[in-house]
Amino acid sequence: MAELDTSGGGKKGGGKVRSKKQSTRVDLTAMVDLAFLLITFFILTTTLQKPKAMDLVMPDKDEKTKEQLPVKESTTMTILLGSGNKLAWFVGIPGKTPPTIDGYGKNALRKTLIEQAQKIKATTGEDMMVIVKPSDKSTYKDFVSILDELNITGIQSHAVVAITPPEIGMLKDNNLY
Amino acid sequence: MARAKVSRKSTAIDMTAMCDVAFLLLTFFILSAKPKTQDPVTADPPASTANFAIPENDFSTITVGQGKAYFNVQGADVRIQTLKQMGDKYKIAFTPDEEKAFANTESFGVPMNVLKQFLNLPSAQKNDYKQPGIPVDTTANNELSDWVHEARIADKYLHNTTLQIAIKGDSREEYPTIHKIISSLQKQKVNKFSLITTLKSK
Repeated sequence: MAELDTSGGGKKGGGKVRSKKQSTRVDLTAMVDLAFLLITFFILTTTLQKPKAMDLVMPDKDEKTKEQLPVKESTTMTILLGSGNKLAWFVGIPGKTPPTIDGYGKNALRKTLIEQAQKIKATTGEDMMVIVKPSDKSTYKDFVSILDELNITGIQSHAVVAITPPEIGMLKDNNLY
Repeated sequence: MARAKVSRKSTAIDMTAMCDVAFLLLTFFILSAKPKTQDPVTADPPASTANFAIPENDFSTITVGQGKAYFNVQGADVRIQTLKQMGDKYKIAFTPDEEKAFANTESFGVPMNVLKQFLNLPSAQKNDYKQPGIPVDTTANNELSDWVHEARIADKYLHNTTLQIAIKGDSREEYPTIHKIISSLQKQKVNKFSLITTLKSK
């Protein structure tokens, strides 16, 4: 197919009949076609992006460990995860300051975290501690987003704690529960 | 005047080298391709910027989707050892055939009382079988906790390493389901685990 016949025809007449020497060359074009087709298939089906893992360290639940350090209220920021991809946050003791409603993402939560961390650092001279309290109405995605934002902003001290009824009430007041 | 004859050259190109290269690449891609593990439930993990590759060995995944939990541990040897220990615990004896079937099962989500029946199903029916998920009640009936516990013992016994546990949750999963799993892990003092996410840019 890919090879043109360039042997100028057989000689006519005369002489011994010689057995024609057959070429040992095989046309590999079709085989190469097939091989590249399969390569393409395998490249496309291999998942290029392997899933990644995010490490999560939970506070020890053991009741026996009493060596817990008290956390200053002025340096803690509590984030309550509500429904509908919204969260509420406040600094200090619950109830003292009204919670602020915020969204997730680059321009919402990340800005808040950076601003508050700087503010707390400026006023108290200590690093901010973030307490994440997911409510029953929040999704797993919200939870991962929060942890991710905390990793991005480099806030080392953070903990995931169970939500309390007054805080659920707070979310309810803001239609987030 | 005689016209100068242009000698006709063959248009055939030697394909041998190209064929070699093509098959070499093909072999590489076939060998590097890993068969996609089929999860019994579609779990679409949320995106994060965390960038830790998942280890190949000594790794266990708890897939969570639609309120159900599914368990998987890497490595056939660890799987068989885990099943043996679970059999001892629940007083169920598994035949070598069932052990082999279990070693080939990636992620599964059946309670212990139907596990034997599930393992005896032909592989074609196994995919269609609607798996109810492993019971994760906070009270007495917490089989997932037992699975994780036995897998940790099995991995320590066989490979002398610490089993890394990861949770692969669906983005839309409600938090209480995840919380149930996290608390059953914390009950056995597993306070450090991974969450499987897909990569996104900052």
